Amino acid sequence: MDSLLPVVAAADAAPLSPEQLRELYSLMAAVRYLDTSAVAWQRQGIIPGYAPELGQEAAQVGSAYALDTARDFAFPTYREMGVARTMGVDMVAYMSTHKATWHGGMYDPLASRLAPIQAVVAGSVLHAVGWAHGQTLSGEHGVALSYFGDGASSQGDVHEAMNFAAVMKAPVVFFIQNNGWAISVPTERQVAGGSVAARAAGYGIPGIQVDGNDVVAVYEATRNAFAHCRAGNGPVVVEAMTYRRGPHSTADDPGRYRSLDDERIDAGEDPLERLRKRLLAEGVADEAFFTAANQAARAEEEAIRTGIEALDPRPGNEMFDFVFQETTPALENQAARWREESEHV
Amino acid sequence: MSESTTAVLETEAAAETRSVKLSMQQALNRALDETLSTDPKTVVFGEDCGQLGGVFRITDGLQAKHGESRVFDTPLAESGILGMSVGLAMAGFHPIPEVQFDGFAYPAINQIVCQIARMNYRSRGTLPMPITLRVPSFGGIRAPEHHGESLEALFAHVPGLKVVSPSDPHDAYHLLKYAASRPDPVIFMEPKSRYWQKGDVDTADGGTLTGARIVRPGRHLTLVAWGAMVARCLQVAELAAEDGIDVEVLDLRWLKPIDAEALAASVGKTRRAVVVHEAPLTSGLGAEVAQLITQSCFDTLKAPVERVTGFDVPYPSGDLEDEYIPNIDRILLGIQRVLEYRRG
Repeated sequence: MDSLLPVVAAADAAPLSPEQLRELYSLMAAVRYLDTSAVAWQRQGIIPGYAPELGQEAAQVGSAYALDTARDFAFPTYREMGVARTMGVDMVAYMSTHKATWHGGMYDPLASRLAPIQAVVAGSVLHAVGWAHGQTLSGEHGVALSYFGDGASSQGDVHEAMNFAAVMKAPVVFFIQNNGWAISVPTERQVAGGSVAARAAGYGIPGIQVDGNDVVAVYEATRNAFAHCRAGNGPVVVEAMTYRRGPHSTADDPGRYRSLDDERIDAGEDPLERLRKRLLAEGVADEAFFTAANQAARAEEEAIRTGIEALDPRPGNEMFDFVFQETTPALENQAARWREESEHV
Repeated sequence: MSESTTAVLETEAAAETRSVKLSMQQALNRALDETLSTDPKTVVFGEDCGQLGGVFRITDGLQAKHGESRVFDTPLAESGILGMSVGLAMAGFHPIPEVQFDGFAYPAINQIVCQIARMNYRSRGTLPMPITLRVPSFGGIRAPEHHGESLEALFAHVPGLKVVSPSDPHDAYHLLKYAASRPDPVIFMEPKSRYWQKGDVDTADGGTLTGARIVRPGRHLTLVAWGAMVARCLQVAELAAEDGIDVEVLDLRWLKPIDAEALAASVGKTRRAVVVHEAPLTSGLGAEVAQLITQSCFDTLKAPVERVTGFDVPYPSGDLEDEYIPNIDRILLGIQRVLEYRRG
């Protein structure tokens, strides 16, 4: 871990218990099964598209594990399935966005503490800052966890967000998953200087670069960042260095911009396998545990798939129902005409 | 004096004092002050909104009275201001952000269109965006580039946004308070050339705030306008009256949703209409208004709906501003074209 400016360490920075370590593995296994299955669902025609996160399980599970859903709030883009799963979001409702049921997903963002999925990747970074400043104004101690990637870090909103947060000392953790690729463009062609965390110093924000494939390291870095924010010290940048092992989306062909050999060399060790070896070596878990964890993950994936397959298309009138809290005469007229015309077809 | 007479006199006295003469700048300032006082979740922020009180002094004295947490300066970044508003709204606040000048709304368009306008939809109604974005709007003050734009058609075209523009201090006071109390995002377009014009404000009775308003009744023709153009159309109506032309002036006020019923009622009566706006002609709101009138009044219209507007040019420099903004002569010529129209 490379800390560029000092971060206040979490007061309760006790090492993870064996139970917690096993839980992290179970979460990562569940995420791995669901993620690889979702790609298969797309090939089978169950869903039209998906943005896989193969290789990012440690970054997502480790960071979200540090979040307290009773008071914190996470702001995703569209590749945060592992975050949603770790936070306990209803996964059928989450995956429904990939079934093209509803853009933001069908989960309740307020109850879930996870903002709706959206694809203008730096857009939600400013939302996190606004929400975090709201915590300051209300005298509450929630922390905003803003997820974005190396590609998003090129957008101006990320710079505005870091500057705003630093000036206002907003309790927000900017969590960058630097997975090496913004679709086809590698980090060295995307991020000047090669590090998003290094930019934090320019805003007077502590920045941490962490091995994003080590779930324990990610968790500890994020936990420290939360403690720093909660103590009133303002924002922290955490950059998890990881690797997007799969395509950008099910519509992408990585073979056009990298070879399989490059992938094997650059991706390094599988984060799930890495944790498995560690738990075995430390005697925290045995083969029976891994077998059970994998079986549970498989069963969970099957239940979610059944839920996704059972999702009906939304009724057409909902197209009009959620534009406003207070609808307009013009919109009511359009809805009425839609009803008439669709009934007559 | 009997008790009842005293009560009547007191009521009359109260009725007199509730009507005050204010400039639009003062009316807006008072509306913000009262909103901050009555709604503890309201926050007012933007560039120079705090100690300076805004470049137009709309937020003058509000920080001193309501504190730095309720009224605050932000860094100079419009996308940041609007993106932050989204997060504050998600946290249960009622943001009233300001972009300092209309042209500076452009750097924030992504947050306005992709985020503010869609969050209620995206979240299936669970994350309302009760944001009132104040935009000092339109030209007429010989300002530098980007300091005078007419963005109403752009905003009105975006699903999920509502758009309103007051034309006098009374409406400015009440419409701002009303907009700030609504659960949906409202783009509040303040006609900056009218900031210093005074008028009577009945602080107790705002009247109907949801639709259009006839500001001058007439029989021969309807002038449809909003914002700064309303005052100009009233001038035009006075001049036309000297020639025996009785012009009705309809202040549209809400540019989304547009009050189609008021348009139908007015033009149904006068049977002729001219729409006046500062924005460029092509794909402007004048086209929308003309179509709404055509739909409701096609059988009775005596002439096609005429438009007197700005031109399809970037908003010009101060020296050319008077050529660009519809002036009295151009509006009178528009009226003439409609009155002299003969079916071919």
